[in-house]
Order: sequence, then C-alpha cells, then structure tokens
Amino acid sequence: MDFTFDDQQIEFRDAIRKFLMVEAAPESLREIWETRSGRSNDLRAKLADQGLTAISVPEAHTGMGLGDLDWVLAQQELGYYAIPDSLSDTAYLAVDLLKQLPAGNALAASFLPRIASGQARIAIAHPLNPLTADAENAELLLLWHDDEVHALRPGQAKLVPNQSLDMSRRLSRVDWTPSATSRVCGADAGRGIWADVVNRAGVALAAQLVGLASRMLDLGIDHSANRKQFGKPVGSFQAVKHHLADVAVKIEFARPVVYRAAYAMQKSDPQRAVHVSHARLAAGEAARLAARRSLQVHGAMGYTWEADLQMFMKRAWALEASWGDRGFHKTRVAAHVLGEGAALGPSQTF
Amino acid sequence: MRLEYTERQKAFRQEIRDWLAANVPSGALPSFDTEEGFAQHRAWERKLSTASLSAVTWPSALGGRGLDLIEWLIFEEEYWRANAPLRVNQNGIFLLAPTLMDHGTPEQKKRFLPRMADGSDIWAQAWSEPGAGSDMAAIRCKATRDNGHYVLSGQKIWSTRAVWADWCFGLFRSDPSSSRHHGLTFLLLPLKSPGITIRPIRQLNGLPGFAEIFFDDVRVPVENRIGEEGEGWNIAMATAGFERGLMLRSPARFQQTARRLVDLYHRNRAAADADPSIRDAVLKGWMDAEAYALATYATASRLARGGQIGAEASTNKIFWSELDVLMHETAMSLLGARAELMPAAPEAAGVEGWLDGFLFSLAGPIYAGTNEIQRNIIAERMLGLPRA
Ligand SMILES: Cc1cc2nc3c(=O)[nH]c(=O)nc-3n(C[C@H](O)[C@H](O)[C@H](O)COP(=O)(O)OP(=O)(O)OC[C@H]3O[C@@H](n4cnc5c(N)ncnc54)[C@H](O)[C@@H]3O)c2cc1C
Repeated sequence: MDFTFDDQQIEFRDAIRKFLMVEAAPESLREIWETRSGRSNDLRAKLADQGLTAISVPEAHTGMGLGDLDWVLAQQELGYYAIPDSLSDTAYLAVDLLKQLPAGNALAASFLPRIASGQARIAIAHPLNPLTADAENAELLLLWHDDEVHALRPGQAKLVPNQSLDMSRRLSRVDWTPSATSRVCGADAGRGIWADVVNRAGVALAAQLVGLASRMLDLGIDHSANRKQFGKPVGSFQAVKHHLADVAVKIEFARPVVYRAAYAMQKSDPQRAVHVSHARLAAGEAARLAARRSLQVHGAMGYTWEADLQMFMKRAWALEASWGDRGFHKTRVAAHVLGEGAALGPSQTF
Repeated sequence: MRLEYTERQKAFRQEIRDWLAANVPSGALPSFDTEEGFAQHRAWERKLSTASLSAVTWPSALGGRGLDLIEWLIFEEEYWRANAPLRVNQNGIFLLAPTLMDHGTPEQKKRFLPRMADGSDIWAQAWSEPGAGSDMAAIRCKATRDNGHYVLSGQKIWSTRAVWADWCFGLFRSDPSSSRHHGLTFLLLPLKSPGITIRPIRQLNGLPGFAEIFFDDVRVPVENRIGEEGEGWNIAMATAGFERGLMLRSPARFQQTARRLVDLYHRNRAAADADPSIRDAVLKGWMDAEAYALATYATASRLARGGQIGAEASTNKIFWSELDVLMHETAMSLLGARAELMPAAPEAAGVEGWLDGFLFSLAGPIYAGTNEIQRNIIAERMLGLPRA
C-alpha cells in the first residue's frame, strides 16, 4: 500500500508547472481568445516539446507509453493554467480510443505518431455533450453512434458554432450522417471503448477542476493579502480568512479522490465508474466553492472583465457540466452505494 | 502508487478480524460515562492488551506490536467493522503516548506506557480552564516549585472522563511572571492525589462525561514532568497536532457510520422519498467518509516516506467533524418523529444509538480546537494570510 507518486512523476509535474507559468500567463491566454480559432499552434508546439502530447502514445508510435497516473498530475496543471487547447481530448482521450480500435484499423497507425509530435488535433463527439469541443480545428472527428465508433474528416460533417461564456472554448453542434464507411468499430467493442472515454474524461476534468480550484484560491489569497481597507489587508479579516480556508479544505479532500480515480483507470478496476464519478463530484464541489469564495473576497474587482479570476471561474462552470453533469455522476455513485448488497464500510476502500 | 495490500497486511487483517470475532462482547457495553460502563470498558482494554492489540503502533517492549500507520489503519477498519467498544483510554493511547514517545525519558516511558496499554491507568486531558478555552495560552493554573515537587493550585475544566480516570496530563504555569505560551510546564499526575477535587459536569445527554478539576496545593514530584520546565507549550502543541492530525479520529469510524446510514436509509424509504435532500446527504456522507479514508492513506504513505504532518491536521479536523454532523443529522431526519426517543423507550427499536451519536457529533466542531480556530490556522499557516 503506497498512496504517493514516484519521484519521476513529481518531476514531470514540476517541469510542466514551471513551463506553463512562463508560457501560459493570463495575458497571453487573452490574446489567444481573440483569434478566430481560439487555439495557438505555437503553444501547441511548446506543449509537444514538453512531451505532453506523447504521454499515452505507445513507444512503438514514438510516444512515451505512460498512463493515467502520469496524466493526472499534468491535468491539474492544465486546469491551474486554464490551457486553451484540445490537448487532453486529443492526447489523452482520443489516443486511448484509437489504441483500443480493432486491430487492422489504419487510424491508429496514421494518427498516433502525429498526435505524439503535436501536429494532429482530434475532437470527440459524444451524446453526454450536446456540443462538441474543438471540432472546428480538428483533423479528425471521432463520433459516438449507438455505441459504435465513427470517424470523419472535417468537411464530412456540418459544424454549427455555439459561443460559450468561456472565451477560450470552441463549441459546435455536429450534424452528420453515420454510414458504413464512417464506422470504425461496431457496438460490441464500442461499448467498452466509450465507457473508457467517459471515465477518462471524468478523471481529466476532475483533475482540471482541482487545478482550477487551487488557482482561484491562490488568486483570492493574493488579492486579499494586497487589497487594504480599514488600514489593513482585507485578508487579515477573519470572515475573509474563513471563506478561503473552507476552499482549502474542499481541495485537500478532493485531490486524493481524483488520484484514486486515475489509479482505478490505470488498473481497469471494476469499480472505476464509481471512483471517477466520486472524483468528478468532489472536484466540482471544490471548484464551485472556490469560484464563489474567490469572487466574494475580490469584491467588485472580481466582477470585472479585467480581473483574471473570470477565466478560471468560467472554465470551471463549463467543465463541471461536461462529460456528464452532476446528476449523471450522482446517479452512478448512487447505483453503487444504494445498490443491493453493496460492499460498503471500513475495509472496503481498496 | 500501489493501492493494494501486501500479503503481510492481508494476513494481519485476517488475524485481527478473527480475534475480534471471537472476543468482541456481543451486546453493546453501557456508556463509559457511567461507573459500571467505565469499569467494563477498562476490562475490555485489558483484554485487548492480552493480544497486544491495545496500542498496535507502539514498540513491542512497551506493550504494542511495532506496526506502521497503514497497519494501524487496517486495525482500525477491522475494529469499527466489528462494532467493538469505544476506547476509554484513547486520550492516553492516541494523544499522550505519542508525546511521551517523543519527549519522555526512558524511565517515564517504562513507567507510564505499559500501564496505559493494559488499562491499569486511564488518562484524562487537563488543558482547558474557565478562562482558557480556545485561548489556551491564557492558562493560569499554577505550579510552584518546592523541594523536588511542583505544588499545583487552580482549576481545570471540561476534562473528558476525569470523573473515573486515574491520571491526567496538562499544562500548568510554573513561572508566575510569565505570560502567554511562555513559562508553562507539562505535568502528569494521579487524579487521586491529595488536594484534588473532581466535580462532574453533566453533558447534553445527562451523563457526567467530563469534569472540573480543582487543585488545592497538590504536590507533584518533578519526575512527573515531560520535557524541561517552561517548555510545556511546544510539547503540548505536538500532542495537539497528533490529536487533530491523525490518531484521534480514524476514517473507519466514519465509514462505519456511513454504512449504517445507508442501512437506515433502506429501512426508512418512506421518509427518504418524501425528502429528496436525504438521499443526497446519504450519498455525500458515503463519499466524504471515503474521501477522508483516502486522504488518511495518502498522509500515512507520505509519513512512511519520511514526510511530516502539516496543515492537514487542521483540514482533517474540520472535515471529519462536519461529516459526522451531516451524517447524524441525516439519520435524525430519517428517523423522523422517533428520533427523539431515548434508547430505553419501548418504541425506540431501530433508533440504535443514533440519538447519542447525534449529540456527540455536535461536540466535534468544538473539542480538540474549535473549527473556527482551525480555519484561522489554515488561513494563516497554510495559505499565508496576514495575522489580524
Ligand atoms: C465533548 C467535549 C470534550 C472536551 N474534552 C476536553 C478535555 O478532555 N480536556 C480539555 O482540556 N478540554 C476539553 N474540552 C474543551 C475544549 O477543548 C474547549 O471547549 C475548546 O477548546 C473551546 O473552548 P471554549 O469551550 O472555552 O470555547 P470558547 O473559546 O469560549 O469559544 C466560544 C466560541 O468562540 C469562538 N472563538 C473563540 N476564539 C476565537 C477566535 N480567535 N477566532 C474565531 N472564533 C473564536 C469559538 O470557535 C467558539 O465558537 C472538551 C469540550 C467538549 C465539547
């Protein structure tokens, strides 16, 4: 029993953190918002240099061949810096989906190396999300249809852009018609593949939400330590302190749940759906509270376009309902906890 | 990361499970806040110690088994799963013992720990005073040095189980000219010492669960001092860290409550279905108990790799105490109009100790440093916000 990350995993996380601190400052993210695509090829190339696009790609396809536990720390940093990129959908979710396609399918061989090198962007359309993120910039669309997996090139689907409150999101409705040529995997194999995609998306978003919550907490701390009223920093007032301390507690107890969900995915734990949904709910709660409390301690400044807090709040609100809203995840937890003969209580954690 | 038990850990779990199955008393013991219940709980401590199970993390020479924190968690899981009696000596074993291990002399360890392990000495904590609650540095109880002794005078209050306990530990002001956390000394003394008067205080449930202790020139030999004279504050803070941090409330306790709450939910579906917030709270109770367990395994793993207990001492305290209140409030809602029935009431079948648990859960946010004090600590020490 050892619930810690190894030194390499921590070093990888620290390297990403250092890199994003420099490359993903809020000012540069605002510049990227203003572009039509909302994506920066320059940033993507740098993410690839850091190895982020290659994490799950097998070594045979020029990747690193790592897994969910290596991703989960990186995802937290992607959330902390609110990275505007389809990195996670492409290099985490799509890679895993492509790896699981039936042998002989050419997509994996053609796309995996190009994902690893940072060139390819892939979008995933699934009925849990009424709109698909990053479809406009994608070279390949992977789509759910009655548990089958379909693949389309841009141009084979009609995209109707829908603007999000989060300026860095790029959402579209995808109109398309499934056909025998678009199908890359039947429903029998597809069912498991899609279940994994939903669960991996859950781990990714839960980790990003924890990262977002920590960022909003840090912004609240910075602001309240600097802003003075009544001759003192507002952070010295107890009401302000307690607002922020509550957020710290929520984050502390969401993080291990998220790590366990990642572990459950890596090990294909039979209970992974429950662990992932628990992680989503805990992380969502932390992020929601962080947004409320950080805004409150910012005062009117937090209500402005100018203050950076908005970027992280809006991302958190958007992500919390993606890949299954709260009701979806609660239902999955309830199916286990309130189900007949559930193994609950002490000694049942692992 | 490896979230699986080793073969050795599994074998240990099985051993504990078997031992408890054979030895846990079949009916619940009377409350240890009654004289009879106290005696029965003391006898249970003795029984645990015959299998070296009363203090599993201690070295075997002192009555323990030299186990690590992961094994301690396994022990606790089995213990709560078996509905074994509450630990009447927890203040000694989980709170004083870690301090003695770190700061006691070899003679003190030999003198106090084995008798603690086998239940011969049951310990009470004596920190709080009428004028020193959250503000513990306001302690005024005096310890005047006299010929190889300290002479104590003053008053302590809210001392849990002091009505029937044998010994107490606490802080006393040994330097009359000192103030705040300076000049305090950590002393151990028998509650039967001449000059001590114990006045029981009835708690919400009517039982004398804590007491006032009056000291009227009570003589305590210098060899009962832990650490140096005047160094008591730092030593006590080490105890407080452990208490809030890890050992006071193991996750298994809350996981067992969460499991029982799910059972109660199934048995009271009419109430639950009429108020959808109940189902939500039942799920949240389970999730948070699980989260607390995961966080504790993470802390234990970190400590095993040489880490230190840090601010999680304070985040833990807030998290488990609020979780406990949530679960018990939810149980009260499920029980509806029967929730108020005392255990002996003829119609109280199925109420199963929830009422007493509810009352006790309400003390959680108050004792061991109130949750407001914990929030202050988190804000100032963990988040670095400026002091007032
Ligand atoms: C069941 C139970 C068992 C106990 N057992 C023991 C025991 O065995 N030994 C022992 O020594 N003591 C024991 N205590 C006492 C406990 O440690 C104190 O109750 C606790 O430290 C709070 O002190 P107080 O009760 O004087 O409350 P006060 O300090 O008077 O606090 C009253 C309220 O004011 C708030 N407050 C106080 N100061 C601040 C501040 N700086 N910032 C924000 N809010 C503040 C508190 O949070 C609380 O809400 C026990 C208490 C209970 C309920």
